[in-house]
Amino acid sequence: MALLLNDDEKMLSETAEGFFKDKAPVTELRKLRDTRDETGYSETLWSEMAEMGFAGVLVPEDQGGVDMGVIAAGLLAEQMGRNLSASPFFSTSVLSATALKNSQSDIAKTWLEKIASGEAVISFGIDEGAKHNPLATDTRASRSGNGFKITGSKAMVLDAHIADAHIIVARTSGEPGDREGLSLFLVEKEADNLDVERTIMVDSRNAGRLTLHNVEVTADALLGEVDKGADIIDKVMGAGRSVLAAELLGSGSQAFEDTVTYIKERKQFGKIIGEFQALQHRASHLYSELELCRSAVLAALSAQDEDDENALKMAGMAKAKLGQVAKLAALEGIQMHGGVGMTDEYDIGLFLKRIRVLQELLGDGNYHLNDFAKSHQY
Amino acid sequence: MSDLEAFKSETRSWLEENCPAEMREPMKSEDEACWGGRKWTFQSNAQRIWLERMVAKGWTVPTWPKEYGGAGLSRAEEVILLKEMARINARSPLSSFGIWMLGPALLKFGNEDQKLEHLPKIARGEIRWCQGYSEPNAGSDLASLATKAEDKGDHYLVNGQKVWTSYADKADWIFCLVRTDNTGRKHDGISFLLFDMESDGVEARPITLISGKSAFCETFMTDVKVPKHQLVGEIGKGWSIAKYLLTHEREMIGGQGEGVTRPMHEVAAGMLGLKNGMLADSMLRAKIAEAEIDEWAFNLTMRRKLAEAKAGASLGADSSMLKYYGTELNKRRYELMMDAAGHDGLEWEGERSSEGKLSRDWLRTKANSIEGGTSEVQLNIISKHILQLPGA
Repeated sequence: MALLLNDDEKMLSETAEGFFKDKAPVTELRKLRDTRDETGYSETLWSEMAEMGFAGVLVPEDQGGVDMGVIAAGLLAEQMGRNLSASPFFSTSVLSATALKNSQSDIAKTWLEKIASGEAVISFGIDEGAKHNPLATDTRASRSGNGFKITGSKAMVLDAHIADAHIIVARTSGEPGDREGLSLFLVEKEADNLDVERTIMVDSRNAGRLTLHNVEVTADALLGEVDKGADIIDKVMGAGRSVLAAELLGSGSQAFEDTVTYIKERKQFGKIIGEFQALQHRASHLYSELELCRSAVLAALSAQDEDDENALKMAGMAKAKLGQVAKLAALEGIQMHGGVGMTDEYDIGLFLKRIRVLQELLGDGNYHLNDFAKSHQY
Repeated sequence: MSDLEAFKSETRSWLEENCPAEMREPMKSEDEACWGGRKWTFQSNAQRIWLERMVAKGWTVPTWPKEYGGAGLSRAEEVILLKEMARINARSPLSSFGIWMLGPALLKFGNEDQKLEHLPKIARGEIRWCQGYSEPNAGSDLASLATKAEDKGDHYLVNGQKVWTSYADKADWIFCLVRTDNTGRKHDGISFLLFDMESDGVEARPITLISGKSAFCETFMTDVKVPKHQLVGEIGKGWSIAKYLLTHEREMIGGQGEGVTRPMHEVAAGMLGLKNGMLADSMLRAKIAEAEIDEWAFNLTMRRKLAEAKAGASLGADSSMLKYYGTELNKRRYELMMDAAGHDGLEWEGERSSEGKLSRDWLRTKANSIEGGTSEVQLNIISKHILQLPGA
């Protein structure tokens, strides 16, 4: 397991650091929010990300990608997390690219090419309720002529309203709770009887709700085998959760560093508040927690690339740990900023909001603790 | 075959041939470790043979130079040796403060005579060392230590008291911080002395702890004569040696959080049983899952920091981070184990509880975050050296 980055990875991380700081800093997110931008992301940024190879980071070279692996995707996400950079990277380049790549379906190649070139945004619709729970899927797909008809609804579908296509997890057999009977379909945005509602979220980023009422797709829209979608979903969840953990590492670390900078400047009682041991010890504790987080993220990311038998489990472990610590970084950040931390002018509040969303996506800490305990039969 | 591959296969077959079967079984408790020294009685023939064979190879201190009792191995070879030992679950042949603490300090700060005199005896397990640092009024504020060493021409005359001297009653020699100058900054007048615990005027008295055990002593020095050549480094410069050594100590204590024992959930399941495939106490189940994930992340961090150190980065104040986190985690672990054990964990004597093993171990862990610098001192160090907060 790689706990140290190799030279290529270090270089990628440095490139990404400069790129996102320069092209997509927090001020850009504020601009999208304040202008009530209809797309909620910058197309210029997205095409630049494609040119840099970021959009196709998981796409095979045959389809025009750079195929650098989940660890590379995580390093990019970490820098996005530091800058709160808004783009369809996670939905499209991580979740959908992983699903397509593992599907062995004919249409996957075309869509993967479009991901790498930045031509297509593809959302990934899995959850339906208020909490993450893949096996609870109740959206149904039934055979209809040569193809399928899909009926149901999806919530918290990232980038749904700007997507050219959606990957929908639906049940082709069995009941909610069953691992068997899940299938994945690619539904293009033009499909009839598909309703997309944009939901503006607390972090000013894009998500949507999908409603499908007898949406018809042809047989080649099926990704992978019918009823056997759970194996693909495992791959998507492994990559997705570990990349989210990496983004949390970026956001949590940045929130922490901004806070340490602030307590070195702010004066009260004639002293710099960072001189107070009450703040020093809390900051040092947080530093320690973030060091553990970095190790957890590196282990989870590299486990995906190495196809480790515990890859999915480690992604969940990292997600649980990172959610908890990044949240602590945000909460301590607000508290140590004091009154100004509550103002929109300071970035710390934006970090609090984004971290709350990241915590929830693809399973919060409680979900993953429970999952971890189950995987150890206790 | 590369040199390293050749080394690996030679090591593997040597270990297979030479490590006694009894030394391949996990230790039931710390009490089964081999400490060596003049007063040592081997607990088994296997323990003696294993030590002798490893000593002959220089593998009790594999990276030390051969002239000092080591094998002169490179870091890469050492890693192979440790992996091969782990592969067959071989026990460490020798536990020793001489190896972990004094040795590295002597290699860095000692003169050639001192190295030749002391290092081989440490490597062979002939002399057991203890550490004389803390004093009744110099705990967290170690630099306030007052044990006095007066210059008497050919020797120093040492008077004072040390406390928390681990295994002083079993040790043969002590490495001791003493005050040789009272006039300047408190960190500047400290010197590093070595002396025999059998010297006239030295007395060690074991301290009974809340666990009922007595691993630590109070050590009294009354007019102890220490020959001048037993001073390590320069007079008045002992603090830099002490700091160097404390870093080693912190890494060692921090490592106690590393999961060498059974996973918590196994122990808890044995105690509480399962209900619908889940630990019968759902609240405890969540806390254990959380702690196990933290243990995983902590162990990874130990490995990552060691890998970074090997790649050339200095571990620096991160040893304080590891010490802080590892010890707090270990305390958490034992609190959860006590929760799981319930009434059974409260037994203090008798065979059923192995003489109160769990409760005594639980109590022992309370010292983890005090010894070697308290958690609060570690947080101060992180604040000052890593976060560079003002006034820290």
